[in-house]
Amino acid sequence: MRAFISSVYLFLYAPIALVVLFSFNAGRNASEFTGFSTAWYAKALSNTFLVSALQNSLIIAFTSAALAAVFGTMAALGMERLSSRMRALFDALFAAAIVVPGVVIGIATLVALVAVFSFVNPTIAALWPGDQPPRLGLGYGSIIAAHGLFSMALVAMIVKARIASLGRDIVEASSDLYATPLTTFRLIVLPQILPSILAGFLLAFTFSFDDFIIAFFVAGSKTTLPIYVFASIRRGVTPEINAIATLVLVASLLLILTARVLMREKKSKSGE
Amino acid sequence: MRAAMNTKRNLVTAALVAPAAAWLTVFLVLPFIAMLVFAFGERAPEGGYQVAFTFAQFANLPTRAAAFWNTLLLAPTGALLCLIVAYPVAYYLAVKANPRYRLILVSLVVVPFWTSLLVRTYAWMYILGSRGIPNLLSMIGIEDVRMLNTPGAVLLGIVYGYLPLMIMPIYVSLERLDRRLLEASADLGAKPVSTFFGVTLPLSLPGVMTGVALVTILLLGEYLIPQLLGGGKVFFIGNALVDLFLQSRNWPFGSAIAVTLVAVVVVVLMVAMRIAWRVAGTRQVDLV
Repeated sequence: MRAFISSVYLFLYAPIALVVLFSFNAGRNASEFTGFSTAWYAKALSNTFLVSALQNSLIIAFTSAALAAVFGTMAALGMERLSSRMRALFDALFAAAIVVPGVVIGIATLVALVAVFSFVNPTIAALWPGDQPPRLGLGYGSIIAAHGLFSMALVAMIVKARIASLGRDIVEASSDLYATPLTTFRLIVLPQILPSILAGFLLAFTFSFDDFIIAFFVAGSKTTLPIYVFASIRRGVTPEINAIATLVLVASLLLILTARVLMREKKSKSGE
Repeated sequence: MRAAMNTKRNLVTAALVAPAAAWLTVFLVLPFIAMLVFAFGERAPEGGYQVAFTFAQFANLPTRAAAFWNTLLLAPTGALLCLIVAYPVAYYLAVKANPRYRLILVSLVVVPFWTSLLVRTYAWMYILGSRGIPNLLSMIGIEDVRMLNTPGAVLLGIVYGYLPLMIMPIYVSLERLDRRLLEASADLGAKPVSTFFGVTLPLSLPGVMTGVALVTILLLGEYLIPQLLGGGKVFFIGNALVDLFLQSRNWPFGSAIAVTLVAVVVVVLMVAMRIAWRVAGTRQVDLV
């Protein structure tokens, strides 16, 4: 049994390790390591298309995760005050946002936005006093909106679980001592749910940073890092892609490990 | 006074849920309605959508039967392969592993799930591609082995990509298992094997169901793995959708396929929940 378990762990990590190893390969071949070199990293980082795709990804991931953290937390706090029927509706919609395949979310968002734009743009053009009316189109906004949907559901789910495990008595004690609801929230509730909010933010960031399929549909002419990597892979496998892949891996690893530490803290505290 | 407080409370509640409600309406509910409307429309001559009410798109579904068959065959097969590999791992982590290392071992399973699927699938493209294993094989005289762009490569990618998601729910259901039941079974003279099949396995079925349902549902919408490891020869519904939307720009037909895909997902979900209810109460799963 132990041999089987070890081989599964090997199976999980060996391919990633190989990608990382060969990102430092001087030669181009995937089957022989011909010498250590960081040339592929230098080549990747001097590629302006890549750098601008990375910038786009960071902007989109940060914005969608921040919006999701704020609105998702608000929803989690508000939902427990709703009637059970409304709460079930929210639960169902959030579940749908998570379970519906990304490819469908991408398509649905694309057709809806294009339909809206085809109606709104002529209207703006007709009403605009100047010569060059602004045109709405796909880009940052549409990717942030579509990523924000999944991320908000994710944050709401995580924060809701945390709120459910909070002790009611301490909140009641706070209001018995004449704290206003806002003070109680700031001093009692927020500090306890903050790690979960941060973990949700980091997971949302990771999701957005790594998502390919939703962005592929709604990005318009914008390129995100996964879209760039996908396009490069189709042009041919090169060690430069290994270098980019390694950088992406390191970024996601840092994010997910931080999120896990934050969630762990929450669990050990609630275990007291 | 009381009424005023109630009104204020309701206002605060409304303000709290309003942004999420707006987001869900504009970017989930409306897009679904739009997709449904498109599915009953016609393709404009230059591509895109033209207003109409026709069932032609749905009648046309059989032309993409291959994508549906591949998906409906390979998604459950992939999920079952995942299960076969995942169960022993989950069992080991929950029951056999040294508690001191358990947390680290569990982390090592979860972490890959949250790293880029694109990068992890690319890794196998690299390994199975002509410069990888086939190149090594040709060095020892075995020529012309093709590994990439086969159903086997797609299944390998599926197991690789979704193994963590299968291990976690099974691990959770096994970890919550009451150890005294196992002791009781042993005290009553059951051999370890019959304890496993009589006690452990039935009690972990909710986790197994959750894992199989979750992985199957996500696989139904998979695009990257068949695209990169199947190379256009083994294609899923997701690949047909990308082709219809971004290449041939037949949006109404694409919408009809997407609507059908959602229907399949809902059916799978309902069957899974039915079985889960019958097997035992549902349990919450930590994916993080």
